[in-house]
Amino acid sequence: MRGFRSGRAKRICIQLVYHGSITTPVANDLNPLIWKLLEEHSDRPRLVLSGDWAVSATGQADSAELMGRLQQIHSPGILLIQDGGIRHWDTLLLSTLLEISQIASRRKLELDVSSMPEGVRSLFALATAVPSSPDAHHDPAPQGYLADLGQAARRFWADALYFNRFLGEAAISMAAFVRGRARYRPVDLWLQIQECGPAAVPIVTMISLLVGLILAFVGAVQLSLFGAELYIADLVALGMTREMGALMTAIIMSGRSGAAFAAQIGTMNVNMEVSALKVMGFSPVDFLVLPRLIALILVMPFLGLYSDLLGIAGGAMVGVAFFDIPLSQFLTRTSEAVDLTDFFIGLVKCSLFGVLIALSGCMRGVQCGRTASAVGDAATSAVVTSIVLIVVADSIVTLICNRLNI
Amino acid sequence: MTVTETSPDKGPVIQVDRLTMAYGDHVIQKDLSFTVNRGDIFVVMGGSGCGKSTLLLHMIGLIKPAAGRIYYGDRDLWAADSEEKQALLRKFGVLFQSGALFSSLTLAENVALPLNEFTTLSKREVSSIVSYKLALVGLAGFESYYPSEISGGMQKRAGLARAMAMDPEILYFDEPSAGLDPISARLLDDLIESLRDALGATIVIVTHELASIFAIGTNSIFLDPDSKTVIARGNPNEILRGNADPRVLRFLTRDNSASSRSIGGSPP
Repeated sequence: MRGFRSGRAKRICIQLVYHGSITTPVANDLNPLIWKLLEEHSDRPRLVLSGDWAVSATGQADSAELMGRLQQIHSPGILLIQDGGIRHWDTLLLSTLLEISQIASRRKLELDVSSMPEGVRSLFALATAVPSSPDAHHDPAPQGYLADLGQAARRFWADALYFNRFLGEAAISMAAFVRGRARYRPVDLWLQIQECGPAAVPIVTMISLLVGLILAFVGAVQLSLFGAELYIADLVALGMTREMGALMTAIIMSGRSGAAFAAQIGTMNVNMEVSALKVMGFSPVDFLVLPRLIALILVMPFLGLYSDLLGIAGGAMVGVAFFDIPLSQFLTRTSEAVDLTDFFIGLVKCSLFGVLIALSGCMRGVQCGRTASAVGDAATSAVVTSIVLIVVADSIVTLICNRLNI
Repeated sequence: MTVTETSPDKGPVIQVDRLTMAYGDHVIQKDLSFTVNRGDIFVVMGGSGCGKSTLLLHMIGLIKPAAGRIYYGDRDLWAADSEEKQALLRKFGVLFQSGALFSSLTLAENVALPLNEFTTLSKREVSSIVSYKLALVGLAGFESYYPSEISGGMQKRAGLARAMAMDPEILYFDEPSAGLDPISARLLDDLIESLRDALGATIVIVTHELASIFAIGTNSIFLDPDSKTVIARGNPNEILRGNADPRVLRFLTRDNSASSRSIGGSPP
């Protein structure tokens, strides 16, 4: 510390900056760094440094060989580092010295830097003033594959338990909402409805129309083999209403809204806003999760229904334009193929998916750590979690419907 | 809180009894016992990373103690059922280090939030209280600004306005002067002191800002990261004059003669 107070040390710092900068004009005149290790088998080995120990001079020589030689000194003693005519020096010299000192301390060698330039000595003293703390190294020890697998399984289980708890808290909060006792800002609910509903219409339009087209084309190739192109209508109508409408809407919404929920709540976490809510006596579940959950439950069936209709329209376009099915015939066929039960199943799925998206988005937000990258991770894992849950839930519902013959 | 003209009652407001704080197995501080009296400006001091802010999070009910109790009056914060805890939470306001304003709400909406939810005041009354609170911290006219549109110091003052919205008996400050220039920090200190005098509130401040500690602290504890407990207590000026632990004196006099210590606390 003392060194920094003297005027000399200040000058040296300025010099340091000058030589350290990459645009230094003397870069071309720099000599390579030069070292000589003398009497390395005695108890007083000497290391003589000369030339330019500056960052811009590297590439001409490197100190790996020096370190290798030092590693081979086995007898304890004092390693004297001598200034054999160092012209320019900067951080490179200090980092080399520090590396040498680490090797030396392992080899039970003492380091004598007293003949180095004064600035080097004081910076070196600063860097070694606080010994490297053994507690500070906490690189996770490399683990075996099985250990990683076990850890992953435990994390999965912990997540599952947490989701369960979160579901319970959300249910309690829903009950409070129904009784009119939940504390939230109604304007937040409207904002979320706006954000999840109307704002998502354009993307739902495009995706649903295209999915309808794809379904029609895929089916048509097979059906035309039997001259049964008319049944494209059945395929598209049933496919959209029972499965694809709900599924595609849910996937869009998990990417759009689920990720947004996680990022919003995660950022509030980083900024201590969630703590502030708790201290003010608000339940974060009531205040943050509830409006988002209700918004998605309300909005998802509408989006799903819209997606169904758009998908059927897409199928009709293919049927009419490419397979010469009259539009009226296509529509009649469609209305014969689906009944309200099919729509109903799709809409129930939509609401269910809405719950899953809102819960996984909000849960990842609440779990979010207090760094910027944690917010990104929260958004990513919100999407992954909700898509996994959506597909699993969809399979279960489809299986149940199949068993019950509906 | 109603301001009574005769409030010479100096009784204890907060009592912390053998509190131990730990993250998992890593003990941060143990056996902390102290009392905060009415009207105190109570300073929790200590070097970076000694657990000052963690202590605050325990006292405001965000982290559950590993052991020990925290009493408000005669009520144990962590033994209270949820309704009672809500009532205790209502007793104090907290100014977080960053202000922690809700970034999606304007300053007025931030301050109005607890008023709207926990009182039956009319819209007009709420907005007049909000204007008054903002004026109190020198932010009159900034009602419709969003937190991102104002400076850090202003955010802090707006956070203070929100913390005071419900006229709490106790105000907590987490590093109030961190990130403020010396003059703003001084103004904030003055504000804290005059709030204490005018409202009869009790103030708890977590800080390592020596200027604030000596200027406004009436009582204090010093947390030591090595022995993990309180090694000095009392009025900071008296600690300085008395014969306190050398570690405390070094802190209070910015003496680095034993500068082998690393900068900024132990690793987590």
